[in-house]
Amino acid sequence: MTAPTAAVSKDEPFVPGAPPPAPPWLDVWSGIAQNNPVLVQMLGLCPLMAVSNSLANGIAMGIATTFVLVGSSLLISMFRKYIASEVRLTVYILIIATFVTVADLTLAALFPDISKALGPFVPLIVVNCIILGRAEAFAGKVAPLRAVADAIGMGMGFTLALSVLCTVRELLGSGSLLGFNVLGPRFEPWVFMVMPPGGFLTLGILFLIMGWYGTRKAQRAKEATA
Amino acid sequence: MSDHAHSHGAPPPAAAPGSSTPAWRLVATLALGGAFAGALVANVYQKTLPAIQRAADAKIDGAVREVLAAPARLDTLYLIGDHLSRTPPPGVELRQVTKAFVGFDDTGARTGVAVEASEPGFADEVRLMIGFNPATSALTGYAVLGQKETPGLGDKIEKDTVFVARFRGKVAPLKGTKNSATDAGMVQTITGATISSRAVIQIINHAVALWQPRLMALEKEGGT
Repeated sequence: MTAPTAAVSKDEPFVPGAPPPAPPWLDVWSGIAQNNPVLVQMLGLCPLMAVSNSLANGIAMGIATTFVLVGSSLLISMFRKYIASEVRLTVYILIIATFVTVADLTLAALFPDISKALGPFVPLIVVNCIILGRAEAFAGKVAPLRAVADAIGMGMGFTLALSVLCTVRELLGSGSLLGFNVLGPRFEPWVFMVMPPGGFLTLGILFLIMGWYGTRKAQRAKEATA
Repeated sequence: MSDHAHSHGAPPPAAAPGSSTPAWRLVATLALGGAFAGALVANVYQKTLPAIQRAADAKIDGAVREVLAAPARLDTLYLIGDHLSRTPPPGVELRQVTKAFVGFDDTGARTGVAVEASEPGFADEVRLMIGFNPATSALTGYAVLGQKETPGLGDKIEKDTVFVARFRGKVAPLKGTKNSATDAGMVQTITGATISSRAVIQIINHAVALWQPRLMALEKEGGT
């Protein structure tokens, strides 16, 4: 294949469904805040539930997901003009699966303990809907710079939401953070917080806070215009 | 698509974008993509394999040293058929051979033998490294090589140092009890993790029963 970056001109032809033009830093910010994949789009909740019982696992999962997002978004955006739309989903999944395998093997080689703790959830990044979602909604329709900016933002947004959930669950469920005991020996761990019900409860409360914040913001805006 | 062939002048109406891509291009895209992906994965696999194997070896070695209480010297025994040998079988990948590790203290006295064993626990297979004295069946300890038991309950078989320490000095075959242990053949199980605790006990019992005759047979041949 010829150098694909050369094909990217200043005058991008109109692509149906492409996101409105925006500078790259806004693409990054949008993934963290107003389009946060977890808290706003409610995507990728399965890995969120599964690995959020300790902060170390959560951060490792966040980094692995971000790596796959950035790598696959860059490649998909670079080759977007050569990928026929009939086979685009197949090619996207192929690219994503390749990056996931690379991430899985690298994690196993460099951090065997974390790789063991994450177990099957690293290979399962392949079916994380955030990644295919961004490939289809964004990376396949914009130039590489924006695709990477968006992937970084979405990856950070996912990692952030995951870290919040992990912090609450590990703190209350094990009395520790990153494996270090913080709440002291007199704290009796709430074992249920590291089990699935604790995850659902914490996520529910997180969504409740987000929803309350959203309604309040809307109400304020309404009062300001009135 | 054939409906394009008959439309003259005006551009084809809202046909699905790219619906006219010829089949050879689709096949070529997928073939090229697949070839690149395959090459990349194979390459990364080869690059990471040594590190992954080193980590696995280090984990086994660490577990052996842990259950044999930091031995001064380690001997490796190789299982060939149902027979233990001091020399590795020729022409076989050593990683594939089942091994037992014999630990000695600085005076040269044997402190115990470490063997690997696994059986289903509550959630998935529990893999243990078990240290014991083949002459007396007394345990020197166990270490978890792999488990996926319930976090907070079953995973105490690995994380609860009090539970792990209970096995030191116990004599197999063991029996689990929900109350405090009263003799050397009893171990108090974990509250809320009865099945995981029993799995550990059963793995140890089976491993000792399996390995003790092998080790004693080797001893008869010429001492360990």
